[in-house]
Amino acid sequence: MPVQLFAALASVALLGLVIELIRTRKLRERYALLWLATAGVILFFALWREGLHDLAKGLGIAYPPNALFVLALLFVLTLLLHFSTVISKLSDRSTLLTQRLALMEERLRELEDGPGTRPTLREVK
Amino acid sequence: MNAVALTAAETRFERPRCLAIVPAFNEAESIAEVVTEIRDVDPEIEVLVIDDGSTDATAAVAESAGARVIRLPLNLGIGGAVQAGYLYAFERGFDVAVQIDGDGQHDAQELGRLLDPILADRADLAIGTRFAGPRTYRAPLARRIGIGVFATLVSLRVRQRMTDTTSGFRAVNRRGIRLFAADYPHDYPEVESVVTASRGDLRIAEVPVAMRTRTAGRSSITTARSFYYVVKVLLALFVGLFPQTPLTIED
Repeated sequence: MPVQLFAALASVALLGLVIELIRTRKLRERYALLWLATAGVILFFALWREGLHDLAKGLGIAYPPNALFVLALLFVLTLLLHFSTVISKLSDRSTLLTQRLALMEERLRELEDGPGTRPTLREVK
Repeated sequence: MNAVALTAAETRFERPRCLAIVPAFNEAESIAEVVTEIRDVDPEIEVLVIDDGSTDATAAVAESAGARVIRLPLNLGIGGAVQAGYLYAFERGFDVAVQIDGDGQHDAQELGRLLDPILADRADLAIGTRFAGPRTYRAPLARRIGIGVFATLVSLRVRQRMTDTTSGFRAVNRRGIRLFAADYPHDYPEVESVVTASRGDLRIAEVPVAMRTRTAGRSSITTARSFYYVVKVLLALFVGLFPQTPLTIED
């Protein structure tokens, strides 16, 4: 019982925190969905004991609360993988932006300096 | 063969317009020499130095040596820096691009030899190799083994004998510029980009060239990083066995 009570309280706290972060615009809804699902599943099984027992039985886990934590762990791993893809995408984008910005700055300097102030192909020729 | 390259070359210049892409990170000591050397060998080549977020005077030194300089506001690493050069070449309509390291280990005297297969349209990508010709370059044993393993794996992958896939001394035509502007690997791009080229149906040629030992600075590949380097490249080669989402660029 104490384990289940703890799990229920923890998932409620997590739900509250996620909603608070969305409310204060520190977390985009898009990334909050997985968190909400994680908290929701933990809460669901923490409250519905028979379901948890059946699930543990099906998975061959002797101590039902462990099934809860296995499930939570799977969700968290999925979440981490999801974040890795988000980070990869962000770094690809920042690379592209860095390159484009540098190219544009060069073009801008060229325009500001006016023609003839920098070595060009024609001039050298 | 390449309609875009020919028209651009014919309308403006007799020769194809050639860009030298020189990636440099804190190479203030050697960059002026590299730039001057390229200009001395062939004054018609436009020299573009990509300053990869250096904290020293690399950009200023390169500029006063007569190079065009692109300053990346962040350090992207060699892959991102070189790709910025290919983007420049693509946008400005260059017909040929040559990649030369800013640390002085590539000999500009070999430029003509490297450009040969490109200008004769025998290849879309020419790679200057340290091993196919006279033995002037001796790498440390561990590095030689690494280079050999990569060469063997890449040779199998691209179904063509490659002896030195880690060389960053290379030349491409307009097709190659277009491909690399759209899709160039990150971090340590040399080995992977050979596979990228092969996947993009580029004709690859190896050209034996002499290389020098570094005149200044240190190799970006320290002992601590070499493990990551090897594992990362092996993973990329393995993933490269499967079909991948192609990246393209708009004209």
